Amino acid sequence: MKTNGVEEKKKIMIINSKATIESVYAALVMANGARMEGIEAEIFCTFFGLEAITQKRMDHLKVATVGNPGMHIPTMLGGLPGMENMVSHFMKKEMEKLDIPPVGEFLEMITAAGGKVFACKLAMDMFHLKKEDLWEGVEDVLTIGQFYERAWEGKTHIIFV
Amino acid sequence: MEKIIAGATVQVNDEGYLTDHHQWNREIANEIAEEEGIELTERHFEVITFIQDQYAAEVPLTIRKIGKSGIVDIKEFYQLFPNGPLKKASRIAGIPKPVSCI
Repeated sequence: MKTNGVEEKKKIMIINSKATIESVYAALVMANGARMEGIEAEIFCTFFGLEAITQKRMDHLKVATVGNPGMHIPTMLGGLPGMENMVSHFMKKEMEKLDIPPVGEFLEMITAAGGKVFACKLAMDMFHLKKEDLWEGVEDVLTIGQFYERAWEGKTHIIFV
Repeated sequence: MEKIIAGATVQVNDEGYLTDHHQWNREIANEIAEEEGIELTERHFEVITFIQDQYAAEVPLTIRKIGKSGIVDIKEFYQLFPNGPLKKASRIAGIPKPVSCI
């Protein structure tokens, strides 16, 4: 954390590829945390990770209650109707207690802090999504090549979630 | 360890945070800010006062709380204290380094 201004720029680029709460929040916490440390942060949402920046979906993400041993819910029970909603509701309540914001607000915090959010062009085409379906704070829709181009300056790390 | 800041002898930890916030004053804040490359204005002090009040009330600091403070929004907070605002603002305010992840 030198302040002399000559230090090489540090950047974290996070690829958010899944739609589950725990996965999306991992990406959001790391992006926001990077900005808090004075590190540049960019999030690239691809495949199901697009749900986190799709207006209709972003504040209704769910925890995976099936096939998730960490939940300690037997798979058969996890598949019962309403289970996913109930567990997700409970988890969101716990997060609010820790001052962890909902997805939309969290993204606004990150962009207000200078972080950038991008969507993957190929995944957008696949899911028939248009730019206007996305959260208004999305900076741009990029190809993977354009994403890599953003990684060459300074010291950049790419994290896949 | 002891350090002389703005002519006063104060106790700091190895990261330069005051260990006794009662030793803090505006001159000390100005000098720490200068080390961080920040020139303090009244706007900075409004934020610093808020942070100190939160610390006194034992409320853990997060970027979200600062944004909801009504004093400053997140964008301006990052502009006032660039490159790690919560840490820098806390150090300048004479309170311990925040342990928050958010």
